[in-house]
Amino acid sequence: MPRDPSRPATRPPLAGAGTLGARSLACKRGRRLLFRGLDLQLAPGSITWLRGRNGSGKTSLLRILAGLSAPSEGDITWNGAAVAQADVSARQAIVYIGHANALKDDLTLAESVAFLARLQLLDAAPQLAQAALDRLGLASRRDAPVRTLSQGQRRRGALARLALDEQPRTWILDEPYDALDHDSVALLSGLIEAHAARGGAVLMTSHQTVALAGAAEFDLEPYRPA
Amino acid sequence: MTGLLLAVVRRDLLLARRRRIEALLPLGFFIVAAGLFPIGVGPEPQTLRQIAPGVVWVCALLAAMLSVTQMFASDHQDGSLEQMLLAPQPLVAIVGGKVLAHWLSSGLPLVLAAPLIGLLFGMQVPAIGTLALTLLLGTPILSLLGAVGAALTLGLRSGAALVFLLVLPLTVPALIFGTGAVVAVDAGMSAQAHLSLLGALLIVTLLGAPLATAAALRISLD
Repeated sequence: MPRDPSRPATRPPLAGAGTLGARSLACKRGRRLLFRGLDLQLAPGSITWLRGRNGSGKTSLLRILAGLSAPSEGDITWNGAAVAQADVSARQAIVYIGHANALKDDLTLAESVAFLARLQLLDAAPQLAQAALDRLGLASRRDAPVRTLSQGQRRRGALARLALDEQPRTWILDEPYDALDHDSVALLSGLIEAHAARGGAVLMTSHQTVALAGAAEFDLEPYRPA
Repeated sequence: MTGLLLAVVRRDLLLARRRRIEALLPLGFFIVAAGLFPIGVGPEPQTLRQIAPGVVWVCALLAAMLSVTQMFASDHQDGSLEQMLLAPQPLVAIVGGKVLAHWLSSGLPLVLAAPLIGLLFGMQVPAIGTLALTLLLGTPILSLLGAVGAALTLGLRSGAALVFLLVLPLTVPALIFGTGAVVAVDAGMSAQAHLSLLGALLIVTLLGAPLATAAALRISLD
């Protein structure tokens, strides 16, 4: 996979590069079988666009891969080896951004993002959060309480977690383009492409068609029970 | 691990400070509820002194339950809880931080207000001191047990009422030893045994409840 040549090999060892995968995965919600026999590999440097109809289990698959839910069958693998649902070592290498933005209404945007950075074990979280918010074009709204922000601004605030550092982690993004305006869509696409270029893997869902260089589609349809 | 715990405590206390009225509601409930008893029972000093330990303890119990039901609710709603579950560090540390923050923001004020209620009921000074001491040992137990209940009922529609039903029976031992200590001091005996048992209860809860809460949270979000 292509690595960014401008980054010399003298950087500290990259925590996070690795292949997240699924082996003959099945998921049941209630009594309904959503999919079965699903195999998926998220190789470093790849962008995977998860497709499927409403209710086909896209979010369920993302939650299973992130480690929030347990699959009814099959394993999640990290670099080929099965990992338990509560395994911590693979956790550090995954960034999951779900439908909910995980920002607190009563905290300022900077405080919220700094806490999320702190959860990810990043040192100097407040500084990183500020820099990330600047990159997402939220510098002027940094100290505003989250409850005063618009939907799009909140979404951008949540996505600021992607700009916290440059480790090639595996990003699992559930509808990241939701509520974003035209410029922010381009900004996010740029972030995702840059991440893939430095060897990070991205798995995302999106109802909008977005042009992402090198994105591969993964359709859930073949794995749905007849 | 301690760093993360303290970060959670700082964040939750900051949130409590931003929503001051909400944070002070349990304390208000405690004072008003305990204050109703002298009116309802009648101003007989002997009776009041006798029921005081029980009244203060039961009111503190209910006040603690009132706030504990919300411990994980807002984090569940806005997605913060998912991120806490995904953090690379043990979830127990985060649970510990949340419980500690809950105790600091709603348990500790009860301990500090208890002597006032004691005076209202005409209790003697040594008994008031013991009452505050038992609450100091007892309110963390309430926060810890309440966290288990709150985690188990997360996302349920009538979760708050269920927390009361689930957790209140578990708090009976703390209630017995807590009030027992004050009664003993009032009768001129030593409260040592009761306080030791209350302390032992706190240690056992401290060891078990955070683990149970973490497991319950994982199940609730599955």
